[in-house]
Amino acid sequence: MIASLPPFAVFFAGAPLVMLLRGRLQQGLLLLIPLLSAALLLGVPEGLVVKVQLMGYELTPYRTDRLSLLFAYVFNLAAFIGIVFSLHLHDRLQHVAALIYSGSALGAVLAGDLISVFVYWELAAISSVFLIWSRRTPRSMSAGWRYLVVQFLSGLLLLAGILMRFHETGSLAFDYIGLDAVSGWLLFTAFGIKCAFPLLHNWLTDAYPEATPTATIFLSAFTTKTAVYMLARGFPGTELLIYIGAIMTCFPIFYAVIENDLRRVLAYSMINQLGFMVCGIGIGTSLAINGAVAHAFNDVIFKGLLFMSMGAVLHMTGKSRATDLGGLYKSMPITTGLCIVGACSISAFPLFSGFVSKAMVMTAALQQGHDWVWLALLFASAGVFHHAGIKIPFFAFFARDSGIRTGEPPLNMLLAMALAALLCVSIGTWPALLYSLLPYPVDYSPYTVTHVLAQLQLLFFSALAFTWLKLSGLYPPEMRALNIDAEWLYRWLGPRALNRLTPVFSRWHVRTRSGFLRHLGNLFGTLFLYHGPQGILARTWATGSMVLWVVILLGIYLIAYYY
Amino acid sequence: MQQDRQHIFDKPENVRRLLRLLYLICALLLAADLFVHRHVEHGWESLWGFYAIYGFAACVLLVLLAKQLRKLLKRPEDYYDR
Repeated sequence: MIASLPPFAVFFAGAPLVMLLRGRLQQGLLLLIPLLSAALLLGVPEGLVVKVQLMGYELTPYRTDRLSLLFAYVFNLAAFIGIVFSLHLHDRLQHVAALIYSGSALGAVLAGDLISVFVYWELAAISSVFLIWSRRTPRSMSAGWRYLVVQFLSGLLLLAGILMRFHETGSLAFDYIGLDAVSGWLLFTAFGIKCAFPLLHNWLTDAYPEATPTATIFLSAFTTKTAVYMLARGFPGTELLIYIGAIMTCFPIFYAVIENDLRRVLAYSMINQLGFMVCGIGIGTSLAINGAVAHAFNDVIFKGLLFMSMGAVLHMTGKSRATDLGGLYKSMPITTGLCIVGACSISAFPLFSGFVSKAMVMTAALQQGHDWVWLALLFASAGVFHHAGIKIPFFAFFARDSGIRTGEPPLNMLLAMALAALLCVSIGTWPALLYSLLPYPVDYSPYTVTHVLAQLQLLFFSALAFTWLKLSGLYPPEMRALNIDAEWLYRWLGPRALNRLTPVFSRWHVRTRSGFLRHLGNLFGTLFLYHGPQGILARTWATGSMVLWVVILLGIYLIAYYY
Repeated sequence: MQQDRQHIFDKPENVRRLLRLLYLICALLLAADLFVHRHVEHGWESLWGFYAIYGFAACVLLVLLAKQLRKLLKRPEDYYDR
């Protein structure tokens, strides 16, 4: 009985209690929630399916298999690390939003039907925007609104896809979907938005760096990785994903090199890491899927660690731009060390966690004959070392001395980072720990002489390139500037085009209105012709096309509302 | 606090030592290619120094291209707020 109590219920039940308590009691409860949920999660068997009848529909709010359990484990872990990291905060809004957001992410990966997925999808969107707003600056407010519009757009496409799919197949079950029908494309795009597909990615780089130092840890763990889970469940082996993934690994690293805000560098680097996962899901062999989800697991932890170290810097100095930082290793040696562990992990150094998962995807790409994709992934691997492995620690903690003298962050922050670092090293040195949890049996050993040597050569010569560029003065200096990206379309062009068009439109509107009223009589005649008893438009429409039109209208409304 | 105590990288010779260590490791790794027999998935991998050269070239290309991209993409920090 207890075993079928879903772990996410603990988060939802705990959130209102956290609102009522304060001080030590609140901190105790905050820590207890993820621990209790972990206890439930560890006790649950594989293959549990809980079904509920609701208004004649059969829903599956709780389903466990190897794929969903792996994501649930890492989400539970991330929630715990995030809570420890933010334990010093006296901000109820942030604590409650983080709990509901964590619960929704857990709910989404444990849901067995599409309606439940939709409910958690929207709940995650709404709760997470409060994590962005909790920074309480004008910038975070407007970034939060932009974030919310994009999240709702994704939710809208998801809902439309679900309704059309239900109409086509008569089932709400969430299993393999594929791109055979329009509904498949709608769901694919809905997941793609949250997975930061190219051109749909700017909500991430826009909003995450504007959140509070602590909130970003939760944000970086859940939304995008939930989307990775959805793709792994619904679209494994979809060839398009291979190319989307390859592009995702390559283009953000160029932005990461010239970006000044180090937390935004990490946001771009996150898209790069998501690219490896998306690519693996697209390749679709058991090795590739294993690699993709193992990398998702590791990424939650090492990207969390990197965001935590930059969060600690932001917390202590109030700064996160490379131009303002430097030389912090003198006053924050422990944070520096922990950041370097995260940097080694994301760069896939042997003995660190990234090494044991990323290589599975790359080997799978070669085995399936995707030579060019493999070269792109290799380029991105060198690039990620360059911008996340070297740039982040170098400009924050070393480089020139910025003159800032501060101290280590509060103990709870250090402990959260230490826990994440410990996991990075443990998984890196003892990969069986992670491999035993993967959805398919693992017949892969990362620690062969060939692989270790190849990876070390790649990384050390990347470091050599950085050194050479830096010493020769070819390396582009950090600058206080922003770089335009796809968001330029809706943050610059859109508002300006609208300003231009509004007067034109209103003039046109006045002129046509009088004409329209004159012709109204004729119009009714025409309407009767088409909609009358014999009219073509009076025929019954397919629900599918209805849904599509409703979605288009709602989408237009959403965009219009944003402006 | 610790009024400008000498820190490890304040001494230029420590930086030089670190760089020399990096050069040494690179040289050893490249030399290892002559002795280690690779079990490869692809022909390119068995070319001498493939990973080393690819890693070096990838990073140089990445940085120099990104530097050029800046000309196209760079805007003032308050660009969207104006």
